[in-house]
Amino acid sequence: MGLTITEKILANASHKSEVTAGDVAIADVDFVMAHDSTAPLAIEGFYEIGEKVFDPEKIVIVFDHFFPPPNIDAAKLHQRVRNFVTKHKIQNFFTDGVCHQILVEKFVSPGNVIVGADSHTCTEGALGAFSTGLGSTDIAAAMATGKCWFKIPESLRFNLSGSPGKGVYAKDIILNIIGQVGADGALYKAAEFAGDYVKNASVPSRLTLCNMAVEMGAKNGIIEADEKTKNFLGREGKFFKSDEDAVYEEEYEMEVDRIDPQVACPPTVDNVKSVASVEGKNVDQAFIGTCTNGRLEDIEIAAKVLREKKIADNLRLLVIPASTKIYLDAFSKGYIQEIIKAGGIICNPGCGPCVGRHEGVLAEGETCISTQNRNFSGRMGSPKAEIYLASPATVAASALAGKIVDPRGYL
Amino acid sequence: MRVWKFGNDVNTDLITPGRYTITTDQAKLGKIAFIEHRPEFAKEVKAGDVIVAGKNFGCGSSREHAPVAIKAAGVSAVIAKSFARIFFRNATNIGLPLLVCEEVEKIDDGDLVEINFETGQIHDKSKNITLQAEPLPKFIQKIVEKGGFINYLRSEGYV
Repeated sequence: MGLTITEKILANASHKSEVTAGDVAIADVDFVMAHDSTAPLAIEGFYEIGEKVFDPEKIVIVFDHFFPPPNIDAAKLHQRVRNFVTKHKIQNFFTDGVCHQILVEKFVSPGNVIVGADSHTCTEGALGAFSTGLGSTDIAAAMATGKCWFKIPESLRFNLSGSPGKGVYAKDIILNIIGQVGADGALYKAAEFAGDYVKNASVPSRLTLCNMAVEMGAKNGIIEADEKTKNFLGREGKFFKSDEDAVYEEEYEMEVDRIDPQVACPPTVDNVKSVASVEGKNVDQAFIGTCTNGRLEDIEIAAKVLREKKIADNLRLLVIPASTKIYLDAFSKGYIQEIIKAGGIICNPGCGPCVGRHEGVLAEGETCISTQNRNFSGRMGSPKAEIYLASPATVAASALAGKIVDPRGYL
Repeated sequence: MRVWKFGNDVNTDLITPGRYTITTDQAKLGKIAFIEHRPEFAKEVKAGDVIVAGKNFGCGSSREHAPVAIKAAGVSAVIAKSFARIFFRNATNIGLPLLVCEEVEKIDDGDLVEINFETGQIHDKSKNITLQAEPLPKFIQKIVEKGGFINYLRSEGYV
């Protein structure tokens, strides 16, 4: 019987010839990541377990959730994490991007096993790696031992065929999928994306697909690495592929040509509708960025929509590149300048207001349209504010109109 | 033990909004459990009380602050139709017992229940009915019994 890519990577990492869904394996991890929000608890747990990290070169610490610190409590947590970084001689410490983008740009290779104290660690699976989010105690144990236990997940395969129409991007496709399967549609499972759409998609678009796998409950999102992945990363790796006769719990066939621009309406990510059906809803804040859609191709689309235009009165548009590298590339291509001229605000690379801690917090009654991955009540500020999730094109077009609009009239 | 009933897809932003989790202090976290979603909860919950919820409890962020807050508030167990994966691991790792039960609809807010963790039987004293939860895998049971993953690693001699 054939094996899935997830089973093969986890077998390799646990030094077994084969593991299949339902087995429990103890795997070696290639990278252990924690950020400013989750590292403090992980560090407390770590000191209960041991004194030394298993390998300082395999630990990555990123300040992205509230950097620079917006208040004294945040600054104190940063101090504690910095002390840990210094004490354990951790070189891989960054303050200039979203943790997942840093991992993609500098560390992950196909075939790796990555654990991160952030639920969106499923993003990195788009590079043909097994990558999953864990809590602080698991990360503490992984920092001490370099190992982690996993129940091998059943896999769901999403075969995506065709080419998307005008104004439709990876974000619309993954929102559509989540709307169909629901917030627990892939609970505990591996979500494997395949088909000619995925093959033709850019690596950043593939990252967008895998980023939101957790929003349907998945343990990991995964896409086989190919030549495109290799060229994008400029790194070698182990290129695992699912066997033709691999066992899937379910296979979904989807034609992306049929999908129109999508929006996830408050207060759940699976409350997905076509943008056309909510057109006209007033918007107070528009946000383009995050681990979902803060990459160069996203900022390019936004700049294209905003070029030589002005955003609506009384609306704030925030654009936050996912890393310094992206920021500089977007600057040298002139995108940043175009966004600023249109009235946009650029903030330092990081998570921005996605977690509601700084840089664009919402008041009661306000509405935000965002490229982020969650729209839960209270996430970005007041629990009486509303968050809609959409593609960078839809968010940029809505920023011009001051209300939610279909981006196809703006491209 | 009083039941606090919640619905489906209760996410970690409802349990512990990100704006309140810039701390690792357990007592502080206990006071912010459901602070905006159900403000009376942290004030009125008594040691030993139980949360009963629908499907996909704890979905969203990986923040361990969520189960820590629930446990620190005094909750002795969470019973739900299903749990989000990271929440399940996190709660287990800190020794907060979780039970999966299909029949949670039969339990109402304010009911008094007794749980037998060995058999997985939930006795609703207010309704005089007994429900059966799925037994936890042995490995998971052991971690919870030891009070969490770190204590488990210690007791097994791993650290």
